[in-house]
Amino acid sequence: MLKQTNYLTKVYGLPEGWTLATYEREARGYQAARKVLTTMSPADVVNEAKKANIRGRGGAGFPMGVKWSFMRPHPTKPAYLVINADEGEPGTHKDRTLMELNPHACVEGCIIGCYAIGAHAAYIYVRDELHLSKARLWGAIKEAKAKGYLGKNPFGKDYPVEVYVHTGAGAYICGEETSLLNSLEGKRGEPRLKPPFPAQAGAFGCPTTVNNLETIAAVPTAFNLGCEEFSKLSSIHHLNDGGVRLFGVNGHVKKPGVYECCVGLTLRELIYDLGGGLLDDKALHSVIPGGSSTPVLRAEDVVHAPDEKSPLHAWHGKSVLDVPLGVDTFRNMGTMLGTCCATVMAEGTDPVACFHNLMQFYRHESCGQCTPCREGSGWLLRIAEKLMDGTCSMDELNTLHDVANGIMGNTICAFGEGTAMPALGYLKKFRKEFEAYVKGERKGKDARLAVGAWGQS
Amino acid sequence: MPFALTPERERELAEILTRYPTKMAACIPALHLCQDQHGYIDDDVVTWVSHRLDLPPAHVKGVVTFYTLFNQHKVGKHQLWVCRTLPCALRGAGEMLDYCEKKLGIKAGETTPDGKITLRTAECLASCGTAPMMQVDKDYYENLTPADVDAILERLQRS
Ligand SMILES: Cc1cc2nc3c(=O)[nH]c(=O)nc-3n(C[C@H](O)[C@H](O)[C@H](O)COP(=O)(O)O)c2cc1C
Ligand code: SF4
Ligand code: FES
Repeated sequence: MLKQTNYLTKVYGLPEGWTLATYEREARGYQAARKVLTTMSPADVVNEAKKANIRGRGGAGFPMGVKWSFMRPHPTKPAYLVINADEGEPGTHKDRTLMELNPHACVEGCIIGCYAIGAHAAYIYVRDELHLSKARLWGAIKEAKAKGYLGKNPFGKDYPVEVYVHTGAGAYICGEETSLLNSLEGKRGEPRLKPPFPAQAGAFGCPTTVNNLETIAAVPTAFNLGCEEFSKLSSIHHLNDGGVRLFGVNGHVKKPGVYECCVGLTLRELIYDLGGGLLDDKALHSVIPGGSSTPVLRAEDVVHAPDEKSPLHAWHGKSVLDVPLGVDTFRNMGTMLGTCCATVMAEGTDPVACFHNLMQFYRHESCGQCTPCREGSGWLLRIAEKLMDGTCSMDELNTLHDVANGIMGNTICAFGEGTAMPALGYLKKFRKEFEAYVKGERKGKDARLAVGAWGQS
Repeated sequence: MPFALTPERERELAEILTRYPTKMAACIPALHLCQDQHGYIDDDVVTWVSHRLDLPPAHVKGVVTFYTLFNQHKVGKHQLWVCRTLPCALRGAGEMLDYCEKKLGIKAGETTPDGKITLRTAECLASCGTAPMMQVDKDYYENLTPADVDAILERLQRS
């Protein structure tokens, strides 16, 4: 259901919208943190937060409040809040807008989050390329400190909180939470085996919660509205998927961008109502719902959920474009909601060329620790290259299946699945097109990704 | 002369060290400071960082080689990163990269003979809604047209 809101984005268009003065004047800035620190116990905060039904905005959709409740005080070790702002999943461009345009919501969320989980320090891990984001966050931290909202006695409360910005140095894998922790500790960004999970042994071996940047930035709004009220803004609140979130749309649409809406928006609304429809009014070919690791959907795909117990049953027989964008709805469609930023392809786009482009990405970004991922991603790219240059045989095309399946479930981190799933998705949905390459009916040199000439659309 | 940070950057590093419970955590920030000063990370820099943070040189070297943004060799005065990943490619990034290569007379990964511009490709830079885009040194340039690219390249060549 299309319902645009402006809780997180109200200050986006305002002059000096990123400053403390604007945040306090226009967006109830720091009222939630003040209320939480001065009137609630940490346990109350966690219980209240659970009612917001904020599903993690970083891709996996884990319930935020539940994650907070995993934190247990340790007799000797401090606890940490680590915020994942490594935004690198291809097609994802939402966290950056928050850091640049509403950094105080991020800082305020960190104050509440630290208090809830018993941490006195939060590290916001920002990918290094985002220089403006880092500057805006540091600016917000400085302003909040000067006002006494951060530091030794935030809002007069004897509960010290510090927030720091930390940066990586260019590696997509550092978005994976345990890789990010290694990177924060000054090591190579290689994912760790789990368990232990971060709540047991995270940053510097201490209990740690890792939240995505948008997840934490939504917290002040939830507490301002009351967490249950916040959750109910969503039309799929009953699926424990609450509140409002940022929806991104990119690729072949007339108005790409980031839009804040109530959870429950559909892809059709995102593409046509917010995204303005397709370039040159072309027909829709396919859409990657939430970052390149989420398997592609075809325009003509229909929901198959005859089982009454399926969260998708209500949409059985309907177009996938009319299903609310939710964590559980999309998981049951053979894809994932991911980061909720959709990449849109118009008719005429070559799916094999898309597959080739993405396999270059995954080959480049595998950290190389696990053999199935390191070798498998190379293998998938070689098959893609052979398809494109017309030298791939039917046997080799069939090995694509085996290679991708050999990665699934056999790696340290979910990067492996994130590579194999979209590869298998492309092959399954576009088998005919892949075979046309093998038979020489289609050729890589004719493959188009852009609509029209560059700069014309 | 062996490498050392300027006093101003050294003060910055001292402040950075106060943020973390370990010295090791300052490894990546320290390398950024060194690269800002020196342009790339050579063995002298690795040695300096390993002394300054009490880390084995092999640890520092391992970090340098892991991350794409640490240059292990001298690069051009300006670095130009064209995002090539799918959402940008759907908006003409492939054509834009060809255009840059032609105008500069070099291929991606190379530096112009005058040492001014290194042209590289990047993976998704979180700017897919404003594609095609490129990063020039520390700044993003988005929604680019051929005329925009002409202006950027001319400015860099004159600088
Ligand atoms: C390969 C890989 C890359 C990831 N990249 C990111 C990222 O850039 N940003 C992010 O917030 N989460 C990313 N994640 C998910 C994190 O591991 C983690 O689930 C998330 O930060 C938790 O926050 P959330 O529960 O608030 O979503 C990635 C996961 C994997 C496997
Ligand atoms: S799955 Fe891939 S990215 Fe993840 S740890 Fe293994 S090699 Fe590294
Ligand atoms: S694909 Fe280029 S910025 Fe995301």
